[in-house]
Amino acid sequence: MIVANRKPLEEILGMLKPYKKVLLLGCNECVTVCATGGEREVGVLASEVRLSRAKEGQEIEIKEQTIERQCDHEYIDQVRPFVGEYEVILSMACGAGIQYVAEKYRTKPVLPAVNTTFLGVTLEQGVWSERCQGCGTCLLDQTGGICPIARCAKSLLNGPCGGSSNGKCEVDKELDCGWQLIIDRLKELNQLDKYEEIIPIKDWTSARDGGPRKRIREDLKL
Amino acid sequence: MRLNYPTNVKVVKVPCTGRVDILLILKAFESGVDGVYLAGCLEGECHFLRGNLRAKKRVQYVKALLDEVGLGGGRVEMYNMSSAQGQRFAEVAREMTEKIRALGPSPVKKKVK
Repeated sequence: MIVANRKPLEEILGMLKPYKKVLLLGCNECVTVCATGGEREVGVLASEVRLSRAKEGQEIEIKEQTIERQCDHEYIDQVRPFVGEYEVILSMACGAGIQYVAEKYRTKPVLPAVNTTFLGVTLEQGVWSERCQGCGTCLLDQTGGICPIARCAKSLLNGPCGGSSNGKCEVDKELDCGWQLIIDRLKELNQLDKYEEIIPIKDWTSARDGGPRKRIREDLKL
Repeated sequence: MRLNYPTNVKVVKVPCTGRVDILLILKAFESGVDGVYLAGCLEGECHFLRGNLRAKKRVQYVKALLDEVGLGGGRVEMYNMSSAQGQRFAEVAREMTEKIRALGPSPVKKKVK
């Protein structure tokens, strides 16, 4: 899932300063699962903003609405009937959702309430961890199912580097060395011969270096 | 026991403090209360195993939210007592009332629409 962090209240209040009628838009997908921008977090943020404004003696009207996905126009269209009643949209979706809402309602300022951070997994309730950087050329078959791009601080293709010590990364004592994890896993799989193979220079044009990416499936187009 | 406790304390009954959601506490502040405290069972004696421990964490979270908002995290507290500790219940009610009285009325009182 896409994992995001709620922005500090102070920053959000700063963005909302000129506005009195706000549509606070949550998203029912990834940001709900990572407890950042779902219906509950929309409720909490709305409450925090109302309390802050009331404390200053300023009025604010907040419409709380959470849609299924902010990355699909069918769902974004659901707020069209009443979006005109609000001065601004404060979105709690990931960066993709926020941008798509902004694209759909061109005359309405759309503000981000979260910082989108990574593609990751739920380690345990309340703990999320990065696993993928969407580089566009997956090589997990060669690395025991552990991604050196996302899990190694340097994204080394042939690691580990000299900063690996007792299985930990020099960047952070708590952080596992991605390449140590790969070697351990290859050992478990009895595939250490794969570690002997040098992974060639990666073609980064499939990643962000090739500009914004697009995927088309002609058979699905209407 | 016929114990007295301050009349400004309003009791909201829930099946377990584990039922108390962050939003419930925030809504109470939005409706103008000066403080909120949770009276949960003693730690380790929750009928639902971890309800009071969950509530304790949520209270900590709300404290951070209230600090962020500017109301002050001191306006929300978690207490633990058994249903046989009526004396303690009255004592906590007095303690919390005094604490909130010292903090003064909530700055958002009656202002939130």
